[in-house]
Amino acid sequence: MNEYKIPELGDYATIPDLDPGSMSHSHPFPAAPEHQTALGFPGELVEDWHDQAIGKLGELLEKSRGLRVFLDSCVHCGACTDKCHYFQGTGDPKNMPVARQDLLRKVYRRHFTPWGKFPLTRWLVGAEDLTEAVLDDWYSYFHQCSQCRRCSVYCPYGIDTAEISMAAREIMDHIGKGQKYCNEIIGKVHKIGNNLGLPGPALANTLEGLEEDILEETGVAVRLPLDEKGADILLVTPSADFFAEPHVDGLIGYAKVFHQAGASWTISTHASEAANFAMFIGSYEQMREIALRIRKAALDLGVKRIVFGECGHAWRVAYSFLNTLAGPFDFLDRNYPIPQHICEYTHDLIEQGKLKLDRSKNDHMTLTFHDSCNVARATRMGDMPGGQFEIPRAIIRACCNNFVDMAPDTIREGTYCCGGGGGLLTDDLMELRVKGAKPRMEALTTVIKESGVTHMAAICAICKSQFSKVMPKYGIGMDRIVSLHQLVGNAIVLDRAGDGSSGE
Amino acid sequence: MLTATYAILFYLATALLLAGLLVKVVQYARTPAPLKIPTMPAPLTRRGVGLRILREIVLFESLFKSNKWIWLFGWVFHAALLLALMRHLRYFLHPVWDWVVLVQPFGMYAGFAMLGGLAALWGRRIAVQRIRYISTPSDHLMLVLLIGIAASGLGLRYVARTDIVALKQFILGLIRFDWQPMPADPALMLHLGLVILLMIVFPFSKLLHAPGLLFSPTRNQTDDARERRHLAPWAARLEAGGE
Ligand code: SF4
Ligand code: SF4
Repeated sequence: MNEYKIPELGDYATIPDLDPGSMSHSHPFPAAPEHQTALGFPGELVEDWHDQAIGKLGELLEKSRGLRVFLDSCVHCGACTDKCHYFQGTGDPKNMPVARQDLLRKVYRRHFTPWGKFPLTRWLVGAEDLTEAVLDDWYSYFHQCSQCRRCSVYCPYGIDTAEISMAAREIMDHIGKGQKYCNEIIGKVHKIGNNLGLPGPALANTLEGLEEDILEETGVAVRLPLDEKGADILLVTPSADFFAEPHVDGLIGYAKVFHQAGASWTISTHASEAANFAMFIGSYEQMREIALRIRKAALDLGVKRIVFGECGHAWRVAYSFLNTLAGPFDFLDRNYPIPQHICEYTHDLIEQGKLKLDRSKNDHMTLTFHDSCNVARATRMGDMPGGQFEIPRAIIRACCNNFVDMAPDTIREGTYCCGGGGGLLTDDLMELRVKGAKPRMEALTTVIKESGVTHMAAICAICKSQFSKVMPKYGIGMDRIVSLHQLVGNAIVLDRAGDGSSGE
Repeated sequence: MLTATYAILFYLATALLLAGLLVKVVQYARTPAPLKIPTMPAPLTRRGVGLRILREIVLFESLFKSNKWIWLFGWVFHAALLLALMRHLRYFLHPVWDWVVLVQPFGMYAGFAMLGGLAALWGRRIAVQRIRYISTPSDHLMLVLLIGIAASGLGLRYVARTDIVALKQFILGLIRFDWQPMPADPALMLHLGLVILLMIVFPFSKLLHAPGLLFSPTRNQTDDARERRHLAPWAARLEAGGE
């Protein structure tokens, strides 16, 4: 790992001077041939990669209106240039959203527009051939986009750089230039059922261990059922929840909520993963295959509802895409949203007065809330636009006495990505992750200093992992990031007697 | 000779503009959006989506959130352009509609506002490091073209007044396919020539942002993914064939 400078934090995000090429060395480990072929992609760079790449681009243009409109419509107005956290953290001009798009757009112009095809006018519109150097730039800079969609909020035409990155990664996968982290993980899901490659027996063990922990701590037998046929609710949660702090405290929180509600629920080994990394590589087919695991688990277990645990992009795939990819879900209970977010579930119970919450249990903390990019800009909760912002905050307020929001332009729809989304949460991209976290760290440091904030809650497995790794670089303890349902788990009063099997 | 050249160019440019736009619009309309990707929070109803797009067109809502200077200059330019276009309707109508008459004085000032907005946008493009970095030669040329049109238009009004009665005859003649002589005025030739050029490049350039906005899935999709199943035709074929 080469040395890099950790950015200095200012009070508010300032726009850096351009520092061309400063991140051109950053790129993820390439996928090994076996990771590629497992997903049906060529093992290594194919010989006629240029023509294949242009062919694939043409195919994607036919398949996605968004891509076509986005590539045509940009007027280079520059409104998005300062909106990306990776640009703010690195100053590399190719991390300005429009410049990132242009890496693909110049090749699009070269092959799909009259000015670009005609040699004499090519230079006018910035059309360029897909050379090896351009391909290297693609690999580097399309893996410096966490597909957080912040830029799409601010573009007058809604141009979404995330869509462009996804398309570029899809093209690269198809010519044999895939990224190790994502493709290896997707392979594990196909084979074992979750990103961590945690097999069924290990999962059963983990859940049993958690049950014991809860019993020891609270004296109440809260269950974490696995593969229970006939349960009402299937909980699909990111596998990080089975594994590491602070994720696992969130899982304990969900279990306590289900227990207190008297719900009959289960986790499934077959769909033991809410995350769907295929979204990051822009592959509809891969994404669908992973989504179908959830459908199959729901059918096999005979559940009536599907509830998703805390995970940002997983909630995007669930909320926005699941119905498309793996629907229709006529076999589920239509009285509940399909699928439902655990926050919606908990919030409903709070509204109905079904949970007793003792806020003082969280009095040792002053909380702030990090809106995860995918939840904020690609999904909704509840039945009002913006419920994705209000519902988690309402839950925090119901569980904690001390809550402070960060600066308004860094939360809600303007929220900054944690710096590790979009398939970049890998050690080989550590420099990028640290630098990309800068705007969030600035906003967080400000509320720590000014409002005495001690902890930040999040509802995304990637955010939580990223922050626990990156916050220490900025002098903030790794234990300062908490799961939202950890707060619920702390505050909830477990007074429902019973064995935890299906209640009412 | 002059009349014939400009007449033919006008027909050609109009045909290219309409055909080019039509091809693009049909292409956009035909290409499916495979997934629901509205930028959230998004409206829950079609009506809400209509309003969202209307706000984008009329107020440049997203740009306003984004950058107040670009918003100001961009909005002033577009609003002035609209007024100037409305003012120009008088050359195409006989008799001239009442509201076009009313708009005349505003249209005149609009020319200056347009020029000011464009100059400011160009100034930013040159002065702001980030925007200079992303600019291609065509970005500059497009501004030069528009500035040329606005400036030559103002010139025709304030410096070298042209014979607008004869001009109107010429334009009405074009519309009625009954050619009348075009005034042989260099400033007018320049103004019309630049407009013809703009019409020709429009459908093959970034000026496609105009129809693009209407077709942008992040702006024109309804937030109803859980309630309504959205399936692209090619995805439906994949489903039927796969598994
Ligand atoms: S989607 Fe997010 S990471 Fe990607 S360019 Fe836009 S702001 Fe940057
Ligand atoms: S805001 Fe949109 S139109 Fe403007 S430069 Fe960025 S992507 Fe292009």
